[in-house]
Amino acid sequence: MNRILERKVLNPQVTLLKIDAPLVARKAEPGQFIILRPTLDGERIPLTVADFDRKQGSVTVIFQVVGATTERLNHLMEGDFIADFAGPLGRATRTEGLRKAAVVGGGVGAAIAYPVAKKLHRQGCEVHAVIGFRNKDLVILEDEFRQNSAKFFPMSDDGTWGERGLVTDALRRLLESGEQYDEVITIGPLPMMKFVCQLTKEFGVKTIASMNPIMIDGTGMCGCCRLTVGGQVKFACVDGPEFDGHAIDFDEAISRAGMYRDFERRAYEKTCNLFKKA
Amino acid sequence: MAIQPTRHEAPIQDASVRIHNFDEVAGVYPAEIARAEAARCLHCKNKPCVEGCPVNIDIPDFIAHIASGDYEGAYQSVSRFSSLPAVCGRVCPQESQCESRCTLGVKFQPVAIGRLERFAADWHNGHDPKPPEKPAPNGHRVAVVGSGPSGLTCAGDLAKLGYAVTVYEALHTPGGVLVYGIPEFRLPKAIVEKEVDTLRALGVQIETNVIIGRTLTVDELFEMGYEAVFIGSGAGLPNFMGIPGEALKGVYSANEFLTRSNLMKAYLADPETPIMKGGRVAVVGGGNVAMDAARTALRLGAEKVFIVYRRSMEELPARREEVLHAQEEGIAFNLLCNPVEILGYENKDDRRDSRNGFVTGMRCIRMALGEPDERGRRRPEPIPGSEFTMPVDTVIMAIGTSPNPLIKDTTAGLEVNRRGGIVVTEDGLTSRASVYAGGDAVTGAATVISAMGAGKTAARAIHQQLSGT
Repeated sequence: MNRILERKVLNPQVTLLKIDAPLVARKAEPGQFIILRPTLDGERIPLTVADFDRKQGSVTVIFQVVGATTERLNHLMEGDFIADFAGPLGRATRTEGLRKAAVVGGGVGAAIAYPVAKKLHRQGCEVHAVIGFRNKDLVILEDEFRQNSAKFFPMSDDGTWGERGLVTDALRRLLESGEQYDEVITIGPLPMMKFVCQLTKEFGVKTIASMNPIMIDGTGMCGCCRLTVGGQVKFACVDGPEFDGHAIDFDEAISRAGMYRDFERRAYEKTCNLFKKA
Repeated sequence: MAIQPTRHEAPIQDASVRIHNFDEVAGVYPAEIARAEAARCLHCKNKPCVEGCPVNIDIPDFIAHIASGDYEGAYQSVSRFSSLPAVCGRVCPQESQCESRCTLGVKFQPVAIGRLERFAADWHNGHDPKPPEKPAPNGHRVAVVGSGPSGLTCAGDLAKLGYAVTVYEALHTPGGVLVYGIPEFRLPKAIVEKEVDTLRALGVQIETNVIIGRTLTVDELFEMGYEAVFIGSGAGLPNFMGIPGEALKGVYSANEFLTRSNLMKAYLADPETPIMKGGRVAVVGGGNVAMDAARTALRLGAEKVFIVYRRSMEELPARREEVLHAQEEGIAFNLLCNPVEILGYENKDDRRDSRNGFVTGMRCIRMALGEPDERGRRRPEPIPGSEFTMPVDTVIMAIGTSPNPLIKDTTAGLEVNRRGGIVVTEDGLTSRASVYAGGDAVTGAATVISAMGAGKTAARAIHQQLSGT
């Protein structure tokens, strides 16, 4: 059982939880994830570490309500307990030696991109943060990105925040203008990452994508999170979650992410109805 | 009095009923039947059955207690050697261990040792047992990694000697393969909980949600004051065949399928964790895990379940009893048959068709047994031109596991073999001082009882090291 120290609604769909988890906080690094169950008998879901405070012994996660489990999680308040919280899992983002990098995040993926940008910025790397949301109501972590990047490129689908367009529009312009990145790190919805990787491949820029497939145990035991990378089966939980974006079979990953779509929709509707009644 | 040549049958749920529920297949002996079965034991002087037991339970002794009606005494006798009597009585392959050595078995059917062990354990659990007394602490601390059969056994044995033992478990529930792998109808989870509670009563601390190799490392355990560490982290990463189509929706590893059903309770009505139910299911592999997956799929509502195995029934490694039960339940065995490709639905005209990417079938090829390989097993070879397609909706790969790299990669100086298993001495000592290991992390996928045997051996060695005896 882990206590929720702080809860912040970042936008109508996205919530931040700071959780008391000293053992996880001691080890957590950007790029790693945790597995939690909001309630006993609940589902195990992976969430990427959004921040950590070793002194306080806390780990921050940011999640979007997309289904029954995140809906349940969203009903837990400050002082409530999360049934299970395990981690840190996966490999940390490799940032050594990077002097100039573009961090490209979209939607709730921005929450995962942020600690990476922060770590790079603090180690003296020139960070170009290209961050996109559908509209200004969904924007999260704007100040944090501004503070932890040399250049910040806000994008929105409808032009209500920053520039109108996709993150790939901004990234293409940067690459075409001759910006040379040691690495592009992209975190966000699968289609977004797919197109970011296609773009950077055109320009021959090494790109790392952070994958978030369906998982159960998160320790390598079940193989549910498998991806095809460079023609080989990789487990996101132990081999990743970050992989060479030019080698990932994104179409396969997109298809696998939808394996339980019908179940998830029904479970979500049912859970919402339960909370409405209560 | 003449000895009854056949063993007493235990009550069993009829196949036509049990395929619709997750209740235990086999029931326990009623007391009078247990006594009658116990009376069949010849009490041989040399006790060959004991040698056949990986944890050397004094089998004739506990059977004598049952024969005399002292059922609690029988349980106490078993529990001197085994920390998990109710588990072993259910899942041990007795037919190839203790019962295979039974003298009675030379002429007749051997004594039903497994059923008697289960009787003793269930009798104890059903009679409001007093928790075991916590032994006086001896001042030493030991950490155990993993709460599966090897870890629980090692922890139990050490706790009985007065060690302060902490077990670190990566998942949210203790039990390892006993809770995520073995299905309810073979081993009810309430039984595992009871066994774990007994260990807790002995003073064993269990810390769930701690992944050794990530949350803490083996070296940090020593820094925390543990004087020895036992690694019983289990088998590891599931294998896939490397054939086209294994990423399609509807393809599972047996570990995933069983974990969803068992640990995450997807077998209950209205679960939180999803699992594909119904349709036609192919399970690839011939071990106990394959049988568990097949029989689970059936109970989840599959129309038809097939075991697909590349060798013949003779080589099929699962326990006979499990195979028999599977056959009774109507599971079909496609033997001498190997998958070459998994086929999926693809609507090229409509990429949004929700059926896209789901399994529709499996291409297989017929096999014939050729020359024996280095292990003496006849090698299966494909028969050219014999490919055929099985229409299926779900494919479950139950073809073994490869070692998990988490602990090896974070523990300097821990030697592993070519297959990635941790290298240990006869006593379970690894290449690192005071670090012991056992179970599937050492041997690769094996049985519950052999893992328990390894946990027991390591506990003895740890005790010798720390007590200087």
